[in-house]
Amino acid sequence: MDWELFWSSIGPMVEGGIKNTIPLTLLSFTFGLILALLTALARLSGNKVFSGIARVYVSAIRGTPLLVQLFIVFFGLPDLGVTLDPFPSAVIAFSLNVGAYASEIVRASILSVPKGQWEAGYTIGMTYPQTLRRIILPQATRVSIPPLSNSFISLVKDTSLASQILVVELFRKSQEIAARTYDFLQLYITAAILYWIVCFILSLVQGRIEKKLDRYVAK
Amino acid sequence: MQIHVQNLHKSFGELNVLRGIDLEVPKGNVVAIIGPSGSGKTTFLRCLNALEMPNQGLFEFSDGFSLDFSKYPKKNEILKLRRKSGMVFQSYNLFPHKTALENVMEGPVIVQKLNKEEVRARAVSLLEKVGLGEKMDLYPHQLSGGQQQRVGIARALAIEPELMLFDEPTSALDPELVGEVLSVMKELAREGQTMVVVTHELKFAEDVADHVMFIDGGVVVEQGPPKEILKAPKEARTKQFLDRVLNPS
Ligand SMILES: Nc1ncnc2c1ncn2[C@@H]1O[C@H](COP(=O)(O)OP(=O)(O)OP(=O)(O)O)[C@@H](O)[C@H]1O
Ligand SMILES: [Mg+2]
Repeated sequence: MDWELFWSSIGPMVEGGIKNTIPLTLLSFTFGLILALLTALARLSGNKVFSGIARVYVSAIRGTPLLVQLFIVFFGLPDLGVTLDPFPSAVIAFSLNVGAYASEIVRASILSVPKGQWEAGYTIGMTYPQTLRRIILPQATRVSIPPLSNSFISLVKDTSLASQILVVELFRKSQEIAARTYDFLQLYITAAILYWIVCFILSLVQGRIEKKLDRYVAK
Repeated sequence: MQIHVQNLHKSFGELNVLRGIDLEVPKGNVVAIIGPSGSGKTTFLRCLNALEMPNQGLFEFSDGFSLDFSKYPKKNEILKLRRKSGMVFQSYNLFPHKTALENVMEGPVIVQKLNKEEVRARAVSLLEKVGLGEKMDLYPHQLSGGQQQRVGIARALAIEPELMLFDEPTSALDPELVGEVLSVMKELAREGQTMVVVTHELKFAEDVADHVMFIDGGVVVEQGPPKEILKAPKEARTKQFLDRVLNPS
């Protein structure tokens, strides 16, 4: 263990994490969730066109590698005259990716709410959006927290792929330093530990949220 | 006449569940619907609230509002119909993430967009009326079945419906809890609330209902005052049904 290297490398890596990894994760997850909800509702709508589009989207994203999706957005789209910086390219690719996977989670958790809850909303005069927002989603949220947390934690780790399209995030920082110093093992293990710490903290947060949402459920 | 239902038909695919039902409920009256399992009682009640869409039929209300199901009704007509009636479910269907008080306030606040403080005061008095003044801040899972069903009744009443619909409100309850729910319903009837009640509680029908309707196979077999239908039925099918309910073996 080279402590001098450790102290000089950890700063840039944490900086890459704070400036890029974390914002990339948060933005992509937020947009991804919105996309996931829209996709899930389209699939549940019974409208052939909407649910058809949603199916194709989910199938295409799930059936192709994330790295290829990143490359299409960053290196491919310029051929169509759409040239984006690395960071927004990564946000687009990751949001689309999260949207597809999370849509299945959202759909399943909406379906897990008993039909009687929709009906109870309707009988007091609520509209579909009111019932969805006030009655169904709060209950679906509880069900979806564990699988969505998994998606979130996966996303944190997947953002390391953005290093391949020149986003200077945590892992790319470690690569840059390793290219200079050749201390591959130490630098990549340091990077791995930093990811681990973040994911560990996230799983603690997950536990707290679950506990909070459990307050109205019979034990 | 609070509501007049004419020639109501409902089928699920090939299965004709309701085959031309007529019903008139005068203001302040209680109609009890009885009939064997699978006869279409629940379906009928759900049609009255457009939870099931009738294939045919006409609803007319005292205020001139009417809905003809021979063509598919518009969204706002369905909403209007639902705001005229309150539904009490066999399985309560309370909102588990809301307290008893929040369950009752939900309709007036979200649907009718009434002032929250005024709604709260009214919701509190409704919960007191059904005997749950002490339990307002508990979640459904913290309440007994009978208490949950009384919250269900308060929630339905909160939108001030012209018509209350009850689908076997006591049949999911332990026997010792049935009474507390029935007595709330009796009180409502006494206050002049118009109600349609699907029930297996023949004693309740006899004591409280103004009119009893026996349905079987999706048609009204016999109807009239409770004394007639329950004590001296004319139709063989009614007799047979009452026999089976009164002497289960
Ligand atoms: N959504 C549905 N799809 C298909 N068939 C249905 C549906 N709902 C009800 N049915 C059928 O319609 C018939 C009448 O059902 P309904 O629930 O109205 O009977 P019920 O008189 O309320 O019976 P019970 O006393 O057991 O509650 C039954 O044969 C039932 O299987
Ligand atoms: Mg039924």
